[in-house]
Amino acid sequence: MLAHLASPRTGGLLALAAVIALLPLVLRNSYFYDVAVLVGLNAIVCIGLNLLIGYAGQISLGHAGFFGLGAYGSAILASRYGWPPLAALLATTFAVALLAFIVGRPILRLRGHYLAMATLGLGVIIFMVISTEDKFTGGPDGISVVPFRIGGFVLQGERIWYWVVGALLLVAVWLALNLIESPTGRALRALHSSEVGAEVVGINAAEHKLMVFVISAVFASVAGSLGAHYSGFVTPAKVAFLHSIELVTMVVFGGLASTFGAVVGAAVLTTLPQLLATFEDYEMMVFGAVMIGTMIFLPRGVVPSLARLFRSHRSADADNKANKA
Amino acid sequence: MSPQFVQYLLTGLTVGAIYALVALGFSIIFNASHVINFAQGEFVMIGGMATVSLVAVGLPYLLAIPLAIATAALVGLALEKFAVEPARDASVVTLIIITIGASMFLRGLAMLVWDKNLHALKPITGDKPIAIAGATILPQSVWVLGVTLAIVVALSWFFGRTLLGKAMLATSHNRLAAQLVGINVRMVLFLSFGLSAALGAIAGILIAPITTTSYDVGVMLGLKGFAAAILGGLGSGIGAVIGGLVLGIVETMSAGYLSSAYKDAIAFVIILVVLFFLPSGLFGKRGGERV
Amino acid sequence: MKSTLAKNSFKRGFAAAAAAFALISGPALAQEPIKIGAFLSVTGPASFLGDPEQKTLELYVDKINAAGGVLGRKLKLVSYDSAGDAEKARTFAKRLIDQDKVDVIVGGSTTGETMAVIPLVEAAQIPFISLAGAVVITEPVKKWVFKTPQSDRMACEKIFVDMQSRKLSKIALISGNGAFDKSMRAQCMDVAKNYGIQIVADETYGAGDTDMTAQLTKIKNTAGVQAVLNAGFGAGPAIVTKNYRQVGITLPFYQSHGVASKEYIKLSGGAAEGVRLPAGALLVADGLPANDPQRAVLVAYKHEYESHYKSDVATFGGHAWDGLMLAVDAIKKAGGTDKAKVRDAIEATHGFVGIDGVFNMSPTDHMGLNLSAFRMLEIKGGDWTLVK
Repeated sequence: MLAHLASPRTGGLLALAAVIALLPLVLRNSYFYDVAVLVGLNAIVCIGLNLLIGYAGQISLGHAGFFGLGAYGSAILASRYGWPPLAALLATTFAVALLAFIVGRPILRLRGHYLAMATLGLGVIIFMVISTEDKFTGGPDGISVVPFRIGGFVLQGERIWYWVVGALLLVAVWLALNLIESPTGRALRALHSSEVGAEVVGINAAEHKLMVFVISAVFASVAGSLGAHYSGFVTPAKVAFLHSIELVTMVVFGGLASTFGAVVGAAVLTTLPQLLATFEDYEMMVFGAVMIGTMIFLPRGVVPSLARLFRSHRSADADNKANKA
Repeated sequence: MSPQFVQYLLTGLTVGAIYALVALGFSIIFNASHVINFAQGEFVMIGGMATVSLVAVGLPYLLAIPLAIATAALVGLALEKFAVEPARDASVVTLIIITIGASMFLRGLAMLVWDKNLHALKPITGDKPIAIAGATILPQSVWVLGVTLAIVVALSWFFGRTLLGKAMLATSHNRLAAQLVGINVRMVLFLSFGLSAALGAIAGILIAPITTTSYDVGVMLGLKGFAAAILGGLGSGIGAVIGGLVLGIVETMSAGYLSSAYKDAIAFVIILVVLFFLPSGLFGKRGGERV
Repeated sequence: MKSTLAKNSFKRGFAAAAAAFALISGPALAQEPIKIGAFLSVTGPASFLGDPEQKTLELYVDKINAAGGVLGRKLKLVSYDSAGDAEKARTFAKRLIDQDKVDVIVGGSTTGETMAVIPLVEAAQIPFISLAGAVVITEPVKKWVFKTPQSDRMACEKIFVDMQSRKLSKIALISGNGAFDKSMRAQCMDVAKNYGIQIVADETYGAGDTDMTAQLTKIKNTAGVQAVLNAGFGAGPAIVTKNYRQVGITLPFYQSHGVASKEYIKLSGGAAEGVRLPAGALLVADGLPANDPQRAVLVAYKHEYESHYKSDVATFGGHAWDGLMLAVDAIKKAGGTDKAKVRDAIEATHGFVGIDGVFNMSPTDHMGLNLSAFRMLEIKGGDWTLVK
C-alpha cells in the first residue's frame, strides 16, 4: 500500500491535488485566480498534446485548431442557438473527435516535418474558416459566449471555475497516466522508439497513433469549450498558428513524455507573460531567450531534466551510505 | 490566354519566386543539419529592415544591399553558433522549439533596434508598370524573377562544381560517411546557416519595395516558405523552387478565379492533397525508414 | 531615440515596482494618486494603434501631473500591452480592476479586445472608455462603457455621402481579413442601400499578403464599377494603392480612416495621389479655418506630440487623448473618484471639444459624436487637403 502511494504515479497525482488545494492560500484576488484557471485549461490541452508528441512521437503544429473548434462549437451552439452548454460541449467534443478520426488517418501516414506541415495546414484551414465565416463566428472580432450552466446552476466567477478546472485537471492527469500504463501506452512507447520495429512485433501502429490523435484532439476541444464559457468571449487568436506553437512550446518546455512536465510547462509559460507585462518592449525577446536557454541547458524539458538530476543525487547519496556501511 | 490569366500568372510567379528563395533557405539548412529553421522568415525581415536603415543614413543601394545581406548572414552564423550548435544532439522537436525561440528573439530585437513601423524601399529601377500581353508587371517584379533565376543558377553551380558545395551535398546524403572522408561537418553546418540567411535577406530586400517591410514581416513569409519547401520535398533544391512557384501561382489563381477570402486555405488544401499521395512532397527523397 | 524609449520602459517597470512596494509598506499617503488603468496593443499587429495611444497617455499624464494633477491629486498610469489579443486584454483588465485597483480604465485599441473586457467592467462597475471603432461597443448602450473614436459605420456613411455628391453608385469593395477591415466591410454593406450605393464586387486579401493585383484585376474586369473602396490598415492598403495604379484602374479611389497617418502616403509613394478618405480633423489641423471649434485643441496636441516624440502625429493617438481628458473632466466634475459619480459625469459630457470631434454624450449615446467629426480628405502633392 505504502509502496503504491510512493509510486511516481499516485504520488504525483497526490502532490498535484495538494498543490491545487493549497494554492488558494497565495491567490490574493480574482486576478490571481484568473491566471490559475488559464494555467489549468492550458495544462489540460498540453497533457493531451504530450500524449501525442511525447509518447506517440507524432508532432502537431495545429492543435489550436481543435482548441478553437471546441471553443467556437460551444460558443455558436450555446450562444447563437440557445443549446444547453453541457449539450453543446458534448456535441462539439463528439464532432471534433469525429473530425480528428477522419483526417487523422491520412495525416498520420506522414512522418516528421511533413506531419508538422500537414497539421499546421489543417490548423490554418480551420483558422481561415473561422475568421471568414463571420455570420456564425463573428469573424476576427470574435463572439460572446454565455456562462456555463447546468440546470439552474450557473458557473460564474473565477473562484468556482478554479475548483472546476482544478478537478478536471486531476481527471485529465489521471486519464493520461492510466493510458500510459495500459497496453496501448506500452505500444506507443514502442512506436516512438521505432515504428517499423513495433510493427514487426505485431503492433498496429496506425490504429494506436490514430487513437492518441483523437484523444489529444478531445482534450483540446473540451478545454476550448470550457475556456470559451469561462472567458465569455472567444476570438480567432485562440485558433491561430501562434497559439499552436505556444502549446507545443509548453509541452516541450515542461518535458516530453512527462505528464507532469506538461502541467509545469503550461504553468510557467502562462504566467511568464504576466511577469513580463511591465517590460512590454522586451517581452518577446525575453520569452524567446527563455525558450532557447531552456532547450539548450535542459534539452529534455524542465521536469525530466530536474528529475534526473534529483535521482542521480539520490543514487549518489545511496552509494555513499552503502560505502560507509 | 486572356489578359486576366496573364496577370494572375505574372503575379503568381513574382510571389512564388519570393517563396522559392525562402524555401531554398529552409532546404539548405535542412540538408546540412536536418533542422527546420523556423527563424528563416526573420532573415527576410533583417534583409529588408537593415537595407531600409542603411539607406536612411545615406548609403547608396550598391553599399547598403551587400551590407544588409552580410548582416543577415552574420546573424545566421551567430544563430548556429549560439543556439543550434550547443543543442545539436537534441531531438527534432527540441530543435524546432529552439529555432522558434530564436525567431521570437530576433523579432523582439528588431523591434527594439529599429521600430514597429512599416517602411518602404524605393524600387531599384523605377515603378512604371511594364505592359505584357494586356497585363502589367512592375520593374521590381522583373528584378525579383531575374535575381531568383540567377541565384538558382549560381546555387546549382555551387553545389555541383565547387569543393565546398560538394562537401555540403555529401554531408546531406550521409553525414557519417562525409565525416569519414574528411569533411568538416560542423563547418558545413555553420556555413549552411550563413548561406541560407543570405538568401533570406536577398528575398527580403527584393520584396521590400513591392510590399513594404516591418519587424514582423517574416512570420507570414517564413510560414509560406516552409509550406513551399515541404510541397517541393524537403532538402531538394529544385523542389523548393518549384514548390515556391506552384504555391504562388495557386494562391493568385485561387484569388482570381475562386475566392480571395479562401485563397490561402485553398493553397493549404492542395498541399495536404499532394502530401496524401506523395508523402515526401513533389521531389523529396523516398526511402524506407531505418529500424 | 530608441534607447531612451527602452530606458523609459525600464524606468516604468521600476517605478511600478517601487510604487507597489510603497503601497504595501508605507502608511497610506494623505493624497493617494488617481489611478488610470490602460490596456493597449502596444506590440503586435495593431501596434500602429496602441503605440501612439500609449505615447499620448504617458505624455499627458506627465503634463497633467506637472501642472499639479487633478483635484490636487497626482495621476498614475498603469498600462499593459495586450498585443491585440482579446484573451490577454481580459486578463489585464482583471489585473487592473482586482490587483491594481484603478479608478477608471482607458484602453482597448481593437474591437475584439474591448468586447472581451466589457462583461468584466460591467460586473465590476468601473467606468471604461474604449479606444476602438466598431459600433457594437456602444450599440446597444452598456452602462459603464464609452468610446471615443468615430465608428466605422460613420466612416462608411461619410464616404457614401461623398460618392453620392460625385454621382457614383456602383462600387467595388476590397478589404483585408483583419478585425478592423471585416467590421468596416460589414457596416458598409449594411448602410450602402441607404445611400443608393450598390456593391458590385467584394474582394478580400490576407494579412501579410504581398500582392493584390489578382483581386484588383478582377475588380477592373467587373462591369459597371464606378469607384473602389478599400477598408484596411497597415501594409495592406499601401500595397493595394500601388497595385491599383499598376493594373491601371483610373476610377475614384477611397480609403478608410484606418490609413489616417502620414505613413500611408510615404509607403504608397506617389500612388496615393487623389485618394480620398474620411478622417478626424487632426491631420489638417493647421489648415483649418480659425473659427473651427476644434482648431486650438488639435493644433496644441499635434505640436505637443510631434515636438516630444519627433514623429508625425496619427489620429489614433487622438483617441487616447480624448479618452484620458474625458475621464479627467468627469473626475473633476464628480469631485472625486467615486465610480458611479464619474460614470454619470462622463455620460453627462456636453460640448466637450476633443481630437476626434465635439462630444455630446447622453444615456442613449455613449460615443457622443456625429458625422461632422469626420472630414473628407484628399491626398494632393503628398499631403492631406480638405475636400470642400
